[in-house]
Amino acid sequence: MYQLLKQILVTGIKTEAPPVADDALRVTTQRLEQAMLKTLGRALVIRHIDAGSCNGCELEIHALGNPYYNLEALGIRFAASPRHADLLLVTGPVASNMVVALQRAYEATPAPKLVVAVGDCGCNTGNCAGNSGGIFGESYASRGKVANVIPVDVAVPGCPPTPLALMQGILTAISGK
Amino acid sequence: MRFLDQNLEFTRLPGALESFHANADETQLSAFAAAVKQTGGRFVALWGSDERKRNSNAGGYAVHVAFGIAEGLALVTLPMHAENPEYPDLSEIFPAANRLQRTCFDLLGIRARGGDQRPWLRHANWPADYFPLRRDVDGARQFEAHNEDYAFVRVEGDGVHEIPVGPIHAGIIEPGHFRFSIVGEKVLRLEQRLGWTHKGIEKRFEQLPLAEAHKLAGRVSGDSTVAFAWAYCLAAESLAACTPPPRALWLRALLLERERVANHLGDLGALGNDAALSFGLAQFLRLKEDWLRLSGELFGHRFMMDAIVPGGVARDLPGGASEKIARQCNAIEREVRILKNIYDEHAGLQDRFLTTGRLNPALASALSISGLAGRASSQAWDLRTQFPITPYDQLDVRIATHRNGDVAARVTLRFEEVFESLRLTRIILTQLLENKSTEYFAPLPAAPDGAFGLGWIEGWRGDVLVALEAGPAGSIRRCHCHDSSTRTWPALEHAVMGNIVPDFPLINKSFNLSYSGQDL
Repeated sequence: MYQLLKQILVTGIKTEAPPVADDALRVTTQRLEQAMLKTLGRALVIRHIDAGSCNGCELEIHALGNPYYNLEALGIRFAASPRHADLLLVTGPVASNMVVALQRAYEATPAPKLVVAVGDCGCNTGNCAGNSGGIFGESYASRGKVANVIPVDVAVPGCPPTPLALMQGILTAISGK
Repeated sequence: MRFLDQNLEFTRLPGALESFHANADETQLSAFAAAVKQTGGRFVALWGSDERKRNSNAGGYAVHVAFGIAEGLALVTLPMHAENPEYPDLSEIFPAANRLQRTCFDLLGIRARGGDQRPWLRHANWPADYFPLRRDVDGARQFEAHNEDYAFVRVEGDGVHEIPVGPIHAGIIEPGHFRFSIVGEKVLRLEQRLGWTHKGIEKRFEQLPLAEAHKLAGRVSGDSTVAFAWAYCLAAESLAACTPPPRALWLRALLLERERVANHLGDLGALGNDAALSFGLAQFLRLKEDWLRLSGELFGHRFMMDAIVPGGVARDLPGGASEKIARQCNAIEREVRILKNIYDEHAGLQDRFLTTGRLNPALASALSISGLAGRASSQAWDLRTQFPITPYDQLDVRIATHRNGDVAARVTLRFEEVFESLRLTRIILTQLLENKSTEYFAPLPAAPDGAFGLGWIEGWRGDVLVALEAGPAGSIRRCHCHDSSTRTWPALEHAVMGNIVPDFPLINKSFNLSYSGQDL
């Protein structure tokens, strides 16, 4: 126990300042009502859905929980069920085999059903602009970008996007105007 | 040449890897598989190809089976007629062939005679008679998506009930379905249903130029991007007769060991967390972040994606990199030793780790388990020592093995492999300093139509295999990628038996298998 406590003390606090919202990432016009924002504040609950990614994006989403980015300190946490979520964080391309599951998760999410599409494959931007599904494209097995299957509010490009880019995308989704 | 006293004439494939190829008939293939099994060799991979329109004599299909034997990688090809293409069921000899045979049918319509005939990668989202890897199918057509009714094996008896989990899991992980049959808290049986992230990678390869498809290979499983990119490039360089400059090979080894350390650090944290020591997660994720940031700074990408290219590497180390890496190795080693001590001394943690999720050595061998999971169950396979390609032939890797096969063994193994990779990194840095050459890339010559090459690399999780065949004018005729996860997934079904349901996440994490790598 002594070693453990010592390690915590020696490590200290590593959390860095979060990025600010960037409206350029917004792809739809959905805005949270001011009143709702007031109630919600930044207490946001996210349900992550891997709809067919290579797992690269998941590595960076994991990193959001590390002491440097410390997403929970902003009041943002991940939930195990879409029914508890305000926002779906979806990585893709959307595999054909995941279409039904993704649609069901979307249906199960209570309004306002914010959706952030993550990665070049899931959002048809960045290095793969104009190429839905990124390097995997669209085919019998891939439906391409997330917006082909469910409505998307914010798209975060990158292969994979850095944790800072992800935070910025999430914060953009909950920023009102 | 001949192996295992079998009536099969192998020829050595060109390139750095000790790999051999032979054509066989059904009897020869079955006999060779049995001989491999008997002599302690192992099954590596199985895939099919459409050979129609190639030439009128052999036109039809073929199934390819890769075996690991003492001499290297032995690939046996069985050609089949275009009408009613069938081959002998190998799953009785090597159970690991089961899901691969089913995959083969889903994608190509070639069938194993016997064994499990349920679909594997095909859920209900394309018709049963649509075979995307056939040459007369362009793979672009999209079909209506449906929910699938899969024939899970039912466990009957008093008090038995089922827990269905997935495809969307509770954490931040990839999708898969686990069907538990349990009594009380105890798991009687686990059946996996995978294939959810199947995104048509093998068909996609056929639409990309051979000289650029290393990017796709590097996204078969994002956490193993270096291993897959290297395996792909090794295959491409073999078939195009290209030898990358020595500096490039040393840099590749540096990348591969960095990938190993990054993933092991993340897993060690997650394993602590799954046993309720969140301190471990915070500490190890901090170290992993430090590690990724330096990778991003030095290689332009936190996970070093696209850093390995056919012919070499994308860029050399920037000035001052050696000192930074060396300093970081020392810092990480110091901290990981402290954390290992804390893990070792933590009674609550060890109580959860020890004897949990056991995969005994005999079963690991029967299931053809290699890599990290294999080494934790006495399967001393590590390509870095067994068939070392340059620069591993000069590195003398000390592999770690354990025989308990429980979560604790897989944790200890990760600690030991982190320390070994740090040691190797220091040697690699010395070599890079001594190597005054600035060449890190050699252009890839045009590959002749029909040329074939294999790449086999020991990634952090286990071996990854890439089989590549060139088409005309710089295209790809067929590319098959194989992640060791494909073979290891069934081992998880066994390791979890008799354990309690709440230990499943811990056991699953201790294997940390790739979904995307098996779903392709």
